[in-house]
Formats: sequence, C-alpha cells, structure tokens
Amino acid sequence: MGIFVLDGGFFTTVQDLGRWGVQKDGVPVSGVMDDFASRLANFLVGNEANEAVLEITMLGPTLRFEIGTVVAICGGEFSGKLNDQSVPLWQPFMVQPGDILAIGACRIGYRGYVAVSGGLHVPLLMNSRSTYTKAAIGGFYGRPLQKDDELSLRPAPCLPEWQPSWGIAFSIRQYINSQEKVIRAVEGPDFHTFTKESIEHFFTEVYEVTTQSDRMGYRLRGQKLQRSVDQEIVSEAVTFGTVQVPASGDPIVLMADRQTTGGYPRIAQVLAVDLPILAQARPGDRIRFQPSSWQEAQRLYIQREREMMYSRAIIRQKWREINGANRFKL
Amino acid sequence: MFPLSENALTIRFSNEISDEAHERVQKLTRLLRCEAMEGIIDIVPAFSSVTVYYNPLVLGTYEQASRDISEKVEGMERAASALAGRTVVIPVCYGGEFGPDLLEVAQYHGITEEEVIRLHSAGTYKVYMIGFAPGFAYLGGLPSQLATPRRAVPRLLVPEGSVGIADRQTGVYPLATPGGWQIIGKTPLSLFCAERQPPSLLQAGDVVQFHPMTEKEYRMWKNNGDFCS
Repeated sequence: MGIFVLDGGFFTTVQDLGRWGVQKDGVPVSGVMDDFASRLANFLVGNEANEAVLEITMLGPTLRFEIGTVVAICGGEFSGKLNDQSVPLWQPFMVQPGDILAIGACRIGYRGYVAVSGGLHVPLLMNSRSTYTKAAIGGFYGRPLQKDDELSLRPAPCLPEWQPSWGIAFSIRQYINSQEKVIRAVEGPDFHTFTKESIEHFFTEVYEVTTQSDRMGYRLRGQKLQRSVDQEIVSEAVTFGTVQVPASGDPIVLMADRQTTGGYPRIAQVLAVDLPILAQARPGDRIRFQPSSWQEAQRLYIQREREMMYSRAIIRQKWREINGANRFKL
Repeated sequence: MFPLSENALTIRFSNEISDEAHERVQKLTRLLRCEAMEGIIDIVPAFSSVTVYYNPLVLGTYEQASRDISEKVEGMERAASALAGRTVVIPVCYGGEFGPDLLEVAQYHGITEEEVIRLHSAGTYKVYMIGFAPGFAYLGGLPSQLATPRRAVPRLLVPEGSVGIADRQTGVYPLATPGGWQIIGKTPLSLFCAERQPPSLLQAGDVVQFHPMTEKEYRMWKNNGDFCS
C-alpha cells in the first residue's frame, strides 16, 4: 500500500543523496541532481535529508495515493494537480486515500522532487536507494517508473489534521529562473595545460547545454578548448561538477551519474553551491562560467550546509506547532 | 595533494603509471580504510593517486583536512611495505562463440590460437584500478606479444564476462555493454554483483591469473549457478 503509478512521466527515478563508499568497486555515486531542492522537499514533509524521493524530469508522473500522507514538490516550476485542484510548489500538502496527483510539464527549470512523509520504500542497495539506470541497479528495479508500478512508503513522521499554510520563501527558488545561468568554477587539476585563449574563452564565452546531456554529464557547445601541452593523463577520480575536455574540445560537466574515474583533462570544477543551478538547466539553455577561488567555494559550501540545518530546524518547529496543537506526535 | 572539490582531495604520488606509485596507493588505501577516520565518506584508489571524499563539517576545510591526511601519508611512508594482494584465478573458456576474435588475434601476431591462449593464461596481471564501469578492472601485465589494436567497428553488445584485449590492456567486461575490444574468451564468474559484499570481485591491488577451461566445464559452472557467490 502506497503509491500507484498511473503514468510514469518523462523520466522519473527514485533517488536519495547517493551511494557512497563503493566507488572503489567502480559504482557511480548517483543520487539527486539538485540536492538543494530535494533536501528541502524532504524537510517539508518531516523527513531527514537523505530519504528517497522521486526525481521527476520535464514532464511529471501521475500518481494515485492509496493512503493519506503529506507530500511536497520542490525544484522546477511543474504544474501539479491534486484531483483537478492546483497544488502549491515548495509547500507541504495533504493527500487522502484515492487522491490522484497529476504532475504536468515543467515551465521553468528541468527537474523536480516529490517527497512523501516517511520516504519511499525501496530496498537499500549498497546502503542507498538511488537508481543508477545505466547498470540497472538501485531504486525501483534499477529503472524509471512506468505505468502500473506500485511504490511502498515508509512510516510517516507527520500526519496533521489540517493543511499547513507555510512553505519555502519565493526568494530561495530564484536560482531556477535565470535565463543565462552564471556558474562559478575554480581551476581544475589540468587547468594550466590549456592554452591562454582557451582559458579566456572558458570564462567569457557562452556555452549551450546540448541534447546529449543527461544525469551522467552535460555536454556543452561553444568555443572549443585546446591544450598547449599534449601530456597524457593518467586516469584518476572525477566528481560531481568536474569539467573535463575530450579531444573534440567541447567541455563536459560531470553530473550525478558520473563514472568514478576519468582520463580526460579537467579544466575546472563547478562550485558545489552552483550545481543545483546547472541541474535545473535543460538542453538549449545557455550558461556562462565565472572564475572563483577555493576559499570562496569552501566558504559558500559551509554557509549552504548551515542554511540547510537551519531550514530543517525551522520546519521541524513548524510541524511541532501543528502536531502539538493536535496532540499528534512528530 | 590538491583539492578535487569542496568535499574531496587527491593525493597523487606520480604523474605516470609505475609499480612504485601503485604500491604507495595500495598502502595508503589500506591504511585509510583500516583506520576508518571519522568524516571520511569514500576512498577512490586510482593508478597513481588516492582520492578521499570527506565531510567538511567534520574534517574542516581543505587546509585542515589535508593536514590530517598528510600525517597519515607520512605515517604510511614509515610503515612496512604493503601487504601482497590476493591472487584471484579467473577461469576462461577461450575461442569459439565465447571468443569470436581469438583467430583474428592469433593471425595478427602470426601465431596459433593455442599459443594466444597459452600466453594469455601464463601471465600474472596486477589490478591497478577499478573504474570506468562497476567492477571493471584495469589490468597491467599483458605480454607484449599479445598487444592487439581494438576492432575497427565496435560491437553493439559485448556479453558480460567477456575477456578482451585492447592494445596493451586485457580485461573482463563486468556488464554487457557496447565495446571495441578483441574478445578472446568468456568467464562464468560474475565480476560485479550489486548484492554481494564487496560488489566487485576484483579489488585494486589484487593479482589476476587466467585459467583455461573447456566449454563443457563452462556450462557445468554456469548450471551450478555462480550467481553472486
């Protein structure tokens, strides 16, 4: 008993914050593309940050809930209807048994996160519930959701009697809107093996996200990048946000489903706090890289993590107010 | 040592592939895994470097984390030599439908198919690194007499367990994928199994030997079910 899938949508997978600890076995980390939106979605329904959510892409799924629970949708501007009534984004809402949640097209951004109170119940595989579709492992049978799938739910921490009226402030969602996305990046390990012109191009020219972009990597098109030395690269670890440049000269930004290691020269590393902006870029969107420093990158990272802990605490307080008034237990 | 991202740093021992760098990579990897330092979330050994993923809220910024890890590296350098890796024997059914390129490899070098099998199964191969795909091992030590260029046209699907040669490398496909390697045989072993602990049969530092088996033995092995043992 949980959720019945009436329509799987364009590409809907179960994800958590990733499969850590088995990269030595060659297993990609996977996990959500936009951890900012997914973590907030989890907090809104009373979950911890790492609970499994649905990552929806471009066109959302249609789901029938078999039990009453609390749901939140964060991320891109998807249209969502609960039994033909519009549902708010970035805000928890209640569903009753039999309710049908139809998530439509994404107007702005590209990916959304559907969190359900308690989290989705799929088996833990190598300590994670994330789906890695290329090897068909994890999540819901290692694949995107399809019509007639049935998802189980874990026990819900919050089941209020009335609809909460609060959500995430509008200003916090602005990262999804920008037309020409500015992505900050620091020098990668092979930065200095690129020509001066290429480095200048990389940080000034506009790059377009091509249609050959997916959860594994974003292939970009723009000014081609060249190296000044043809030094062989010995394969070593690459990570989320690593910008590598194969012989074609077109940069690739590695994303959630990246391989564990790579042998292409790495010109730059995208700031962790800007990865959600990139994760919300769709094919055809234009991005511009802006130089940053490791000091700035680390300062912003720690600031972001603190904001997350703060958001979690505030939302829990909000839930306690509702549930306390109703003598419900959180 | 250099930062890879806000939560990862890489310790590189050499810019080239060498046995000496490989040994230091193995020593450091073992040390870090045995000590189970709080705040370390993943360790990725490569040909000549080790990358450590950590939680900056526990280990601090790169400056602090790199200081802690430098101490470990120094301690490692003083410690005795690395433990020898395990030796893993991989049975292979060479040629026939399992190794469609065996004849081509033999003809390329002007030797017989039996000679290719003898050379390939006589060697000992070091697992330098696991990467590229789940359970895929980069093996060093292919006899130079067997180095063969990749196929001009890659196959759309190479079955899992296929043993191949590409230039100076040999390896086993852990999962069915498209590929351009010259396929000389197939093993009934599962190189990767998500439900197994650890999921990859081979680990960096292991030594691999290939052992020829007949098609009958291969079928018996498969029928007895080496699913995830």
